[in-house]
Amino acid sequence: MSEPRLIEVRRNVLKQNDVIARALRDQFHAAGVFVVSLVSSPGSGKTTFLEKTLTQLQPRYRVAALVGDLATENDAVRLARSKAPVKQITTGTLCHLEAAMVQNALQDWDLHQLDFLFIENVGNLVCPSSYDLGENLRLVLMSVTEGEDKPQKYPTIFNSADVAVITKNELSGAVEFDWDAARKSIESVRPGMRIFRLSAKTGEGMSEYLDFLSRQLAEQRAVVHS
Amino acid sequence: MHELSIAMGIVEAAMDEARQRNVQVSAVHLRLGALSGVVKDALLFSYEVACQDTPLEGSRLLIEEIPVMVFCPQCKEKRVLESVQLFSCPECASPTGEVLQGKELEVYALEVEE
Ligand SMILES: [Zn+2]
Repeated sequence: MSEPRLIEVRRNVLKQNDVIARALRDQFHAAGVFVVSLVSSPGSGKTTFLEKTLTQLQPRYRVAALVGDLATENDAVRLARSKAPVKQITTGTLCHLEAAMVQNALQDWDLHQLDFLFIENVGNLVCPSSYDLGENLRLVLMSVTEGEDKPQKYPTIFNSADVAVITKNELSGAVEFDWDAARKSIESVRPGMRIFRLSAKTGEGMSEYLDFLSRQLAEQRAVVHS
Repeated sequence: MHELSIAMGIVEAAMDEARQRNVQVSAVHLRLGALSGVVKDALLFSYEVACQDTPLEGSRLLIEEIPVMVFCPQCKEKRVLESVQLFSCPECASPTGEVLQGKELEVYALEVEE
């Protein structure tokens, strides 16, 4: 029997996803649409948060959303109340979205007709971190009811995200949420991360976050046209 | 858990490389970054499942864990983090988010028999 031989192949396992994600990013850029993805654990209030985001952006912007739902969920129906175009991506038992699913879902949408596209990932703080969806900005949501140490428990997803949104701030008094501890926890896994603290229910803090999105869109378009 | 789909991706990549070279794979060497989002033990388990009924059945998955390396703006040096829960320089404690290494999920080499 011959000796085993070692051959170098150096092949990125997620290459296929990364290639599609890059193509999507180019496509988004060319169409002038700013794409925001949302990751969170179940119970962070992301559907309410996204519904308010869509509703409040609509007077000024053309918005739409893709929603990744497990077979047992139906967040898309709730989001349709915002009157924005919403499409569901049913992942079955899969715990995350992949770039190919986003690409398929967008096939019959004209991205030039949009200013913002939101992609709500499946509620999970582990699996989505490995998959680039071509988004311009990744938001990670945590609610005050989930505890201040969430970032320490899920460092990879916080590190892969651009912005942290702390939701359900209306409950922070009731659960004695320690804002400094939360900020410290985020800082330790993602130094310099932009943090928004808000309540989708009362509207507190929403305008600061929506203004931030508006500026991001304007900046992206300035780059395109320069 | 997404380790099964990752494992299937590994098996697919290895099979593809093996086919091109007309060789039989006895082991797959994988570089796994601490920030890859993949759990080693779950991946090892899923690998066996993913190999079933493929030419790779019975092959081993050898995982090299890659720590996170950052650039410290204070020391102006590359530094290896001790934990993914603390993104600061182990020497001077400056916070740093500039990741140079640690996201790898790469089939690095194959052990093959002709
Ligand atoms: Zn240093």
